[in-house]
Amino acid sequence: MPYATITLLLIGALAAPVKAGEPVLVKQGESDSRNMEALLAKSLHSIGNNKLDVALNEVDSLLKVNPNFKLAQLVRGDLLLARSQQLNDFGNAPNAPRERMDDLRDEARARLQRAQQQQPLTTTPKYLWQLDAQQHFAIVVDTSKSTLYLYENVNGEPRYVADFYISIGKKGTDKVSEGDQRTPLGVYFINAKLPKEKLTDFYGPGAFPLSYPNEWDKRQGRDGHGIWLHGTPSDTYSRPPRTSNGCVVLNNNDFLQIGKHVQVGHTPVIITSQMDWSDDADRAERDTLLSEIEKWRNDWTSLNTDAYLAHYAQDFSTGNTKLAAFAQQKRLVNSGKSWVKVKLSNVSVFTYPGQPNLVVVNFEQDYDSNNLSNRMNKRQYWMKRDNKWQIVYEGSA
Amino acid sequence: MIKMKQFSPNVALCALLLCFSLASSADEIQDASKLFKQGQHAQALEKVDALLAAKPKDAQARFLKGLILTEQSKTADAIKVFTALTDDYPELPEPYNNLAVLYAGQGQYEKAKVALEMAIRTHPSYATAHENLGDIYAKMASQAYDRALQLDKSNTSTQTKLEMIKDLFGGSSRKTTIASRNVVTGVVSAPKPSTVVANAPAAAPALVATPAVPAKPLVAFTPTAPAKPLVAADTNEDALKTVHDWAAAWSSKNVKKYLAFYAKEFKTPDGESRSAWEEQRKTRISAPKSIHVEVKDAKVKLIDSNHANVSFKQFYRASHLHTSASKTLALVKSDGKWLIAEERAGK
Repeated sequence: MPYATITLLLIGALAAPVKAGEPVLVKQGESDSRNMEALLAKSLHSIGNNKLDVALNEVDSLLKVNPNFKLAQLVRGDLLLARSQQLNDFGNAPNAPRERMDDLRDEARARLQRAQQQQPLTTTPKYLWQLDAQQHFAIVVDTSKSTLYLYENVNGEPRYVADFYISIGKKGTDKVSEGDQRTPLGVYFINAKLPKEKLTDFYGPGAFPLSYPNEWDKRQGRDGHGIWLHGTPSDTYSRPPRTSNGCVVLNNNDFLQIGKHVQVGHTPVIITSQMDWSDDADRAERDTLLSEIEKWRNDWTSLNTDAYLAHYAQDFSTGNTKLAAFAQQKRLVNSGKSWVKVKLSNVSVFTYPGQPNLVVVNFEQDYDSNNLSNRMNKRQYWMKRDNKWQIVYEGSA
Repeated sequence: MIKMKQFSPNVALCALLLCFSLASSADEIQDASKLFKQGQHAQALEKVDALLAAKPKDAQARFLKGLILTEQSKTADAIKVFTALTDDYPELPEPYNNLAVLYAGQGQYEKAKVALEMAIRTHPSYATAHENLGDIYAKMASQAYDRALQLDKSNTSTQTKLEMIKDLFGGSSRKTTIASRNVVTGVVSAPKPSTVVANAPAAAPALVATPAVPAKPLVAFTPTAPAKPLVAADTNEDALKTVHDWAAAWSSKNVKKYLAFYAKEFKTPDGESRSAWEEQRKTRISAPKSIHVEVKDAKVKLIDSNHANVSFKQFYRASHLHTSASKTLALVKSDGKWLIAEERAGK
């Protein structure tokens, strides 16, 4: 079989020509890895057209910039070998561990898919219902596309900035337990920043630990720790799609780009295995929830404790406290109040990936009453059942 | 290891070709060449230097000097000599080829590639350069694969490189093989699967990027085969028919039939065992979907009643490769039937 055909099979019929680097709305510098990807796709496309010499030139120019782009080296190897023998497969390195070769083929597929896909300029992910003013950026990872999307907060609405190729856990997604080499799916926040100096070269220019396991994970009995966003070793341009122990791994340039925008304690990172995009119905639902939250606040400040407690689901819990104990305690507290004022600010709302009726609500709560006042960051998980939004978890954040 | 065999006889070939050419100072050159082949490098060099003192531009002498320096592991000096030859005689492919071998020995595949491309530019059908280029591509591919898989730097590929330079003009057994043989395989017999391609299911003939144009004769370096008077026209016809039948068997991809054209005493191109060679041919012939071999302008030179050389232009067309090359088959008569005793490139 001609090598061109093999390559076509690999990439699943590359119908439309791939246009080289057309960064749209991407600032200079941020498009580097996109351009690399486009160049690689172009080279593979040239192979598909049986223009092996052109393909080799393209891959050579790519490698001049990034000699550590292993997939490109593999393509180069094939193109050189094709000059002296017939090739029967994509990736012909002899004695190569099969697993490593499959990894690189996967990367070729993922890269091509990314190079061909339209960048989501007009649509926004469903997950980012509302960003608060302090969250300048938000991150959504679509593991099925090996892609991390970066959004900027423009008046509470997300606007697409760029997207980046990423690698995830060896065993895929839906992390359940420690050491299962899976990447968790859910709504997380960047907890900390680990500088290069504190890490080995393996992580590249740094790492951002995520808040896995979150409150929902814990409730589901999920455990494990140390899920980070991080870079690659200095001798590696990118890693194949499924090679981490659960972390989300970026190319070093991309990591540094994102690092410029990430705010520890603020930036949300939503990891999904299947991207859902926002639509009108979705926005209407968001408004319903926001008004429900407002009702909850109102019922609290009006000291209508029954109405207030009706916002909490039967299976509500916070830590080890279940609804009954929580209700009892709230009734006790409220009975000692002559007046209560609650102000919510910096409200952000994220829908939970894979759970269309679950949302994570974060806000700063300014509580004032006749005998006590405090300020806290609070997180609630609201769930919609029988067309009614209710709180299933509440706690400080 | 396998690759070296391809490199070394090619260099030797070039040496021998030179020996046959240019009448002037032929004796001295032959003496020097003889010393060189006997392993008396210092004496050979002395003689060559004396020659060059009188005729500093003499191509043969300089070429031989390059070979001696290579043998003495003075690679840098050898590279200088061959480079100067390519400057003065850009039309000669052999110095480019040898330069490439030296660069390859140093792991400088990019330079080796450029040199071989020059050799091919001057002589598009130069089989040795095509083969060596195939090897260089395989080497470069191997390097790229190593980077792709991030294999340990001390892997087999690097070791092979080191051995290559050691064995370039290897042990004494190799030397006698070289000295007694002025054979290269034709373009169509592709590089053997080296360690690099050992796992490839089936190696096709060397892929030449552009179809080779008909061979230009190597003016300066064509060996003058001793011409014998022609004997009988019938014998000529038989020999010619043998060659055409051989090409037909090859084209039909009938390996058994094809191999039956080779005499028991057939000299395998790289001195490998008959069975190894047969195995390799079988693989090569089986790999392409189709093969078409055409023999044109065949000329028979009868040496005696049992020996003949048939020279012709061979047009080879396979799924991935179109080549044309000059080839000579040395035939030997056995039980009244012509069989191939030797196969070499050129006339």
